[in-house]
Amino acid sequence: MTVERLPTDWKSEAMRKRIAGRYAKERRFRLIGLGAVVLSAAFLAFLLFTMMGNGLRGFTRTEIALTVDFPASPVLLDPAAITDESLNQANLPMVTSTVAKQALGPDADSLLSSTAWITIRDAIKADPSILSRTETIALPASTGIDLAAKSEGPPEAEAAVARLEKAGVLTTGFNWNFLSASDGTDPAQVGIWGAFKGTLLTMLVTLLLSFPVGVATALYLEEYAPKAWWTDIIEVSINNLAAVPSIIFGLLGLSIFLNLLHLPRSAALVGGMTLALMTMPVIVIAGRNAIKSVPPSIRDAALGIGASPVQVVFQHVLPLALPGILTGTIIGMARALGETAPLLMIGMRAFIATPPGGISDPATVLPVQIFLWSDEVSKGFVEKTSAAIIVLLAFLLAMNGLAIYLRNKFETRW
Amino acid sequence: MTQDQINLAIANPKMSARDVNVFYGEKQAIKRVSIDVDMDNVTAFIGPSGCGKSTFLRTLNRMNDTVASARVEGEITLDGEDIYASSMDVVQLRARVGMVFQKPNPFPKSIYENIAYGPRIHGLAASKADMDVVVEKSLRRAGLWEEVKDRLHDSGTALSGGQQQRLCIGRAIAVEPEVILMDEPCSALDPIATAKIEELIHELRGRYAIVIVTHNMQQAARVSQRTAFFHLGELVEYGVTSDIFTNPRQERTKDYITGRYG
Repeated sequence: MTVERLPTDWKSEAMRKRIAGRYAKERRFRLIGLGAVVLSAAFLAFLLFTMMGNGLRGFTRTEIALTVDFPASPVLLDPAAITDESLNQANLPMVTSTVAKQALGPDADSLLSSTAWITIRDAIKADPSILSRTETIALPASTGIDLAAKSEGPPEAEAAVARLEKAGVLTTGFNWNFLSASDGTDPAQVGIWGAFKGTLLTMLVTLLLSFPVGVATALYLEEYAPKAWWTDIIEVSINNLAAVPSIIFGLLGLSIFLNLLHLPRSAALVGGMTLALMTMPVIVIAGRNAIKSVPPSIRDAALGIGASPVQVVFQHVLPLALPGILTGTIIGMARALGETAPLLMIGMRAFIATPPGGISDPATVLPVQIFLWSDEVSKGFVEKTSAAIIVLLAFLLAMNGLAIYLRNKFETRW
Repeated sequence: MTQDQINLAIANPKMSARDVNVFYGEKQAIKRVSIDVDMDNVTAFIGPSGCGKSTFLRTLNRMNDTVASARVEGEITLDGEDIYASSMDVVQLRARVGMVFQKPNPFPKSIYENIAYGPRIHGLAASKADMDVVVEKSLRRAGLWEEVKDRLHDSGTALSGGQQQRLCIGRAIAVEPEVILMDEPCSALDPIATAKIEELIHELRGRYAIVIVTHNMQQAARVSQRTAFFHLGELVEYGVTSDIFTNPRQERTKDYITGRYG
């Protein structure tokens, strides 16, 4: 029996329905996609908004303007012979306290930060001639006053702020101290510099170790290694290594670098080495993909005019793979930058109040500093934590910007 | 059949192959091929897809070394020197036996750098001025100089397909090879670009021993003086091009050139 085929009726009811269904499907898909984008953008905006709201206050500090009549004050200093030693012997904390009590009342000690005298010392050091005149100097307020001025503090501090505001001596200044100081116990005095420098040193060690080793591994596996069972095992191991939780790397670092090799505890060197272990597989995987994507015709071309295998690799394959390798490296570094857990294991959570001088000095890093501050009881640390997060995010953003710049710079246009 | 029946006696061969077998793993791609190639004639390898003509071409400058599973047996000589001997330096061999590939593959560098790369790695130009001379001479021989002399520092990949292929020929010429192997050099080009390459092959004949693989029989008839017909990894017939096309001695050759298979 033969089935008679009728010409297709493209205008039939069933056809129209199918077409309408097709269009509806596409519209739905577009809406879902748009919804996903809006949702993620909203989360990002929320994160940035709350961070900025809390954190920007961490970059400012409340200051109290104190007018010091130096000739009348008990400062015993010769303007012509100011040295560190003479400043140290002048008992400036005492002087500051006395002058402040005269100007602000008997509770002045609780209004000014306990390190307010340092500001006076620096002012004298910068310009000894102020010793012979009356000078108004903005001194950092105590944590309680700072909190009360910015949001809410203890009741007695709130009252003091109201009084100081009436007197018109309360000002807000940029907290340079936050960028130049290190960890401390008084939230008004802490700064990010120590952790920032620790991060820089740690990242440097990580980069110097993981980049050459990672790239060399990727090149060897792609260009030289024979296809054999042991290269398959290496490949599987590297892929697995990239997925290992970071805390495991921390334990590895603890048992090998600290317990076995006796490297210094809490140091950027060990932190960098531990993070390098973590970053290397990422670089190897990104590097292999980048090397694989170099067209084989380029290798043929170079071999065909008598380039040696090493020349092919270093003069053709590597330059063409470099953008991909760099992108992978910076993604790996960015992950390492935000890592906290493995560094806790090797002792980088210690309280370190001075910035590290070198890679073997005790140090801490930004994410660990954030972790430590977020754990503090004192309320003043809340805004410092947020401010530290902003510094970390800015660091991260700068690194990603660098990645994009490098990729565009080295990318080959075919 | 005897070798004499299918093979052409060549008085002063530049390259000779004797009983060459090529294996890819277990599979034999080339079976007992013996052939001579000389300086004065362009030699064309023809045959249906997968007949082994490209594989055989790539054994002549050891490009098959890069394929891990490939194994070559037999003897191939260049000026009487065994190119598979351990004393032969592969890098030098490839400078002496240049290659042009199916798809134009200039380096993603300037036109100048494309030509200069070979002479530089082999130390063939002592100074910048020397190199300028080498680049101009090579581009002139490749018939590209007039078209690119004002933009030597533009990217080689910005040229048209035909120009790119002539750039690749110029790149091969720049290291002063003795033999040039061309692996279907026109298969990715349009008819006009193809005609230019064929013209170029005519001009280069005599200066270099040229071996060209082509799946285009008309092209083989146009550019070559000697033609070898490969089928299923064997050299079926090798002779003067006009004889092969007008008076093939083997049944399989006749079937192929009359279009019975291929």
